[in-house]
Amino acid sequence: MRRHSLLLLLLAAIAATACGGPFPQTTLAPRSDLGAQVDTLFTSIFWWAVVVFAIVEGLLLFVIIRYRRREGGPKPSALHGHTALEIGWTLAPALILVFIAVPTMRTIFATAAPAPAGALRVEVIGHQWWWEFRYPEIGVVTANEMHVPLGKPVQLEMTSADVIHSFWAPGLGGKRDLTAGRITRIAFTPDSLGEVAGQCAEFCGASHANMRLRVFVESDSAFRAWAARQVTGAAVPSRGSPAERGQDLFAHGACIACHTITGVPQARGTVGPNLTHVGSRTMLAGATLPNTEEWLRRWISNAPSLKPGSLMPAMPLPDDQIAALVAYLQSLK
Amino acid sequence: MKSWLTTTDHKRIGQLYFWTALGFFLIGGLEALVIRAQLAKPEGIGVSAEVYNQLFTMHGTTMIFLALMPLSAAFFNYIIPLQIGARDVAFPRLNAFSYWVFLLGGLFLNASFVAGPLFGAPRLSVAPDAGWFGYANLTSRQFSPGPNIDFWLLGLQILGIASLAAGFNFIVTILNMRAPGMKLMRLPVFSWMTLVTQFLVITAFPVITVALVLLMFDRFFGTHFFVPAGGGDPILWQHFFWLFGHPEVYILILPAMGIVSEVLPTFSGKPLFGYTVVVYSGVLIGFMGWGVWSHHMFSVGLGPIADSVFSATTMLIAVPTGVKIFNWIGTMWGGQIRFTTAMLFAVGFIAMFIIGGLSGVSHASPPADLQQTDTYYVVAHIHYVLFGGTMLGLFAGMYYWWPKMTGRRLSETLGKWHFWLTFVGMNLAFFPMHFSGLLGMPRRIYTYGPELGVTRLNQVSTAGAFLLGIAVLVFLVNLWWTRRRGEPAGNDPWQGATLEWAIPSPPPVYNFTVIPRVESRLPLWKTEHHGAMAPLPLTPPTPIHVPGGSWWPLITAFGLPVIAVAAISHHLWLVFVGLAIVITGIYRWAYEPFEV
Repeated sequence: MRRHSLLLLLLAAIAATACGGPFPQTTLAPRSDLGAQVDTLFTSIFWWAVVVFAIVEGLLLFVIIRYRRREGGPKPSALHGHTALEIGWTLAPALILVFIAVPTMRTIFATAAPAPAGALRVEVIGHQWWWEFRYPEIGVVTANEMHVPLGKPVQLEMTSADVIHSFWAPGLGGKRDLTAGRITRIAFTPDSLGEVAGQCAEFCGASHANMRLRVFVESDSAFRAWAARQVTGAAVPSRGSPAERGQDLFAHGACIACHTITGVPQARGTVGPNLTHVGSRTMLAGATLPNTEEWLRRWISNAPSLKPGSLMPAMPLPDDQIAALVAYLQSLK
Repeated sequence: MKSWLTTTDHKRIGQLYFWTALGFFLIGGLEALVIRAQLAKPEGIGVSAEVYNQLFTMHGTTMIFLALMPLSAAFFNYIIPLQIGARDVAFPRLNAFSYWVFLLGGLFLNASFVAGPLFGAPRLSVAPDAGWFGYANLTSRQFSPGPNIDFWLLGLQILGIASLAAGFNFIVTILNMRAPGMKLMRLPVFSWMTLVTQFLVITAFPVITVALVLLMFDRFFGTHFFVPAGGGDPILWQHFFWLFGHPEVYILILPAMGIVSEVLPTFSGKPLFGYTVVVYSGVLIGFMGWGVWSHHMFSVGLGPIADSVFSATTMLIAVPTGVKIFNWIGTMWGGQIRFTTAMLFAVGFIAMFIIGGLSGVSHASPPADLQQTDTYYVVAHIHYVLFGGTMLGLFAGMYYWWPKMTGRRLSETLGKWHFWLTFVGMNLAFFPMHFSGLLGMPRRIYTYGPELGVTRLNQVSTAGAFLLGIAVLVFLVNLWWTRRRGEPAGNDPWQGATLEWAIPSPPPVYNFTVIPRVESRLPLWKTEHHGAMAPLPLTPPTPIHVPGGSWWPLITAFGLPVIAVAAISHHLWLVFVGLAIVITGIYRWAYEPFEV
C-alpha cells in the first residue's frame, strides 16, 4: 500500500513537470508520413505495454499484500510448480508479442522503401560538428538548415566526412546513422508547414551536443523562391561599404582555407560550411546560435569558446576587421 | 596484511571483490552526480564538454566493468563454494589472480583521471571519452589523438583477463566440486545462473578482446580495421562490440536473477515455483542472448531483412524472461512473506525489471527504436534494467548474505530507509528520462537549450539521483554501524534452505567440518519426500588440509598493468619487463610446492 501511494505521487510529480512545451524536438507529434507510421506503431506498443504493466504489477502488488505474513496464518503450501500454468504464461506473452511483431514487420518494410521517382533528393554529409546539405538536382549547397517543400517526397542520401553521426529530426521520423564510406537513406513526405528541430543523435566527439539542425517545410512556391535565391552567386557588396572591406578581408585572409563563397574566386575551401548565402540562414555554428550581428562577431573572434573542439580556430583580428567581416557575411542573403 | 595479499581463500577474495567493487561503485556514482548536476540547468553549470564526455564514458565503463560485474563476482566467490558444499573453488590461486588483475585494471583505468601531465595534455584528466561502447572511427588516432582511448582499450583488455580466468574457474568449480548427491538439478538457482553467466563470460569476452586488439593495432601500429579511408569499416566494430555487449547484458542480469530466486523462496517460506522452468529459461536466455546483438544497431541502416530478423529474436527473448517473472510471483503466491530488507529489494527488483523489460519491447521494434535509441529513453531503459534490475538484486544479495559473510546482520531499520530512498530515488531519477527522451533529448549531450522544454524533467531526474546518493550513504552507515553492533547472525538467520546456512557465520576457513551428502534440492528444509539434513559436527572429525597463501598470483597480475603502462607511454623495453614479470610469476606459480 505504501508502494502504491508512492507510485501515485510519482506519477503526479511527473505529470506536473511534463506539462509545458512547446517541444520542438518531440517524437510524439509526427509531421511526415514516416513519422506518422512510426508514431502509430509506437502508440500500439505503448498501450500493450500499459496493459501488461497493469496486469503484472497488479498481480505482484496483490500477492505481496495478500500473502504477507500474519500471526497465525496458514502454513505456506509446499507447491513446487504447475505445468498448465507454466504453459499458459509462456504462451500469453508469446501471443502478445505476435500482436507487436506483425505491425512491426509491416512498418519496417513500408518505411524501408525508397521514395518514388521524382522525389527531391538531398545529400546529407555529417561533419564534426555541422551538417552539409546538397541538392544535386537543383545545385543548392547549404549547411545546418534544410528546406523542403510540403507534400513532396524527400529522399535523404547520407554519409559522413569523418566519424559516425546520426541524422535525427524527430518530427519527420526516426534517426539514421551517417557513416563514412557508406550511403544510408531515409525517405519521407512532410505533411505540415513550419520548422522541425533536430540534432545529431550518435555521439561524435567534443561538440556532439552542438551539432543541431533545422528543417523548414515550406509551400511549394516558397521553396522554389528559396532555391532560386540559393543557386545565384553571392551578393556583391556596394562600393565603399563596410561589407566590401569585409569581402576583401575574407578573400585575402584565413577564411578561404575552409569556406566557399560562389563569386569570390579565392574562396573555395570545403572543410567548413559553404557561406555563399550564410546571411539567409537563421542560425550559426551547427544551428546552436542565432544568426545575429553580435553572435556572428563572437563566433568569428573565438569559435572554440562557443563550440568546444571546433575546427574553426579563434581569429585574433582587430575589432574593425571583425566588424567588416560580420557586415559582409550578413549581407550574403 | 600479508595474509590478505597472499590469500587464496575464496571467502577473503569474495570480501576483497566486494569492498573494491563498492569503492568503484561510489566513484561511478559520483561521476553520475556530476553529470546530473550539469544537466539540472539548460546550458549546464560549467562542466566543460571534454570533462562531461569523460564522465559519462567512465560512469558507464566503471558501473558495468568495475562495479556490477565484480559485485556479482563477490557473491560468486563467497557463496558458490558454500552453496555447492565445497571447501574452496577449483583453482584458488587463479581466483586470487582474477581479483588482483581486476583491481589493477580498475586502478589503471581510473589513473587516466590524473595522468594528463604525464602526456603533456592541457588538463589533468585524460580519461576515456568516446562512450562506454567506444564506437569506431571516433576512437581512431585521427579523431582521438590523446591517450584517453588507449587507457580504455588497455584497461578493458586487462579486465577481460580477470573475467576470463574467473569464468573458467567457476565453471570447473560448479561442475566438479559439488558435494556428493548434488546433481545439477539440485543445484541452487544462484549457482545455476552463475554457471550460465560464466559460460557467457568465456564465450563473449574473447569477442571484445579481439575487437580491442584490432583497435589497438589501428591506434598503435597504423592498421585500418575500423578506418574507412584505409578500406576498413567502422560498422565492424559495432558488430564485434554488441556481439560481446548483448551477452554482457545477461552476464550482468543473470546473477541478480539468481539472487532473487534464492531470496524469494526463503522469505516466502515456500520452494521456488517451477525450479526447472526457471533454470531452463535462464539457460535459454543465455543461448538466445547470442542472437540479438544487432538490435543495438537498428539506426545503422542494416536493411529491412536484418532489422526484422533481429527484431523477432529480440522479442522472443521476452518470453523466457516473462516466464521467470511469473514463476517468482508464483513463488510468493500462497506464502507467508516476511518483508525483510532483502525481500524488499528482491520484490523491488521484479517491479522495476518489469518496467525495464517493457521499454525493452519498444526498443525491439526497429521503427519505434529509431525514435528512441540514442535518446534519454534508452538511458531510462538501461537504468531500469541495470539499476532497477541488477543493482536492486545485488542489494538483496547483500542484505541476505551479509550475516553469512560477517556473522552480523545489517540493521533492518537502516535497511528499510535504504530501500525506500533507493526505490523513490531511482524512479524519480530514471522514470522522467522516458519522457525527456520521447520529447527529443539525445543522450550524451553536455548541454541543451531551454527551448527543448525538458528542463523540469531533468531537474526531477537530478533530484532523484541525489536521493539515490543519500540512499547509498545510508547503506554505508549501515555497513559501518553493524560492523560491531549488528545482531549476531547464528548459522541460519533467515531459515534458508541451501547449504551455506548449515555452517557458522562467518564460516571457518575449511567451510564444512564434513562435506555433506545432499538428498534434495532444499537440503535444510523438510519437504514431502525428504527430511531436513542432519546438523554437521561442530568440529572436523579429521584434520582438514587448507592450502596456504601465495604471492605469485599478485606478482603475475602486476605484470599486466606494467605492460599496459609500457604500451601507453610507448616504451618497448618496459613491455619486456612486464612480460618477464608475468612469465616468471606463472613459472614460479606452477612450480610452487603444494604444501606451503
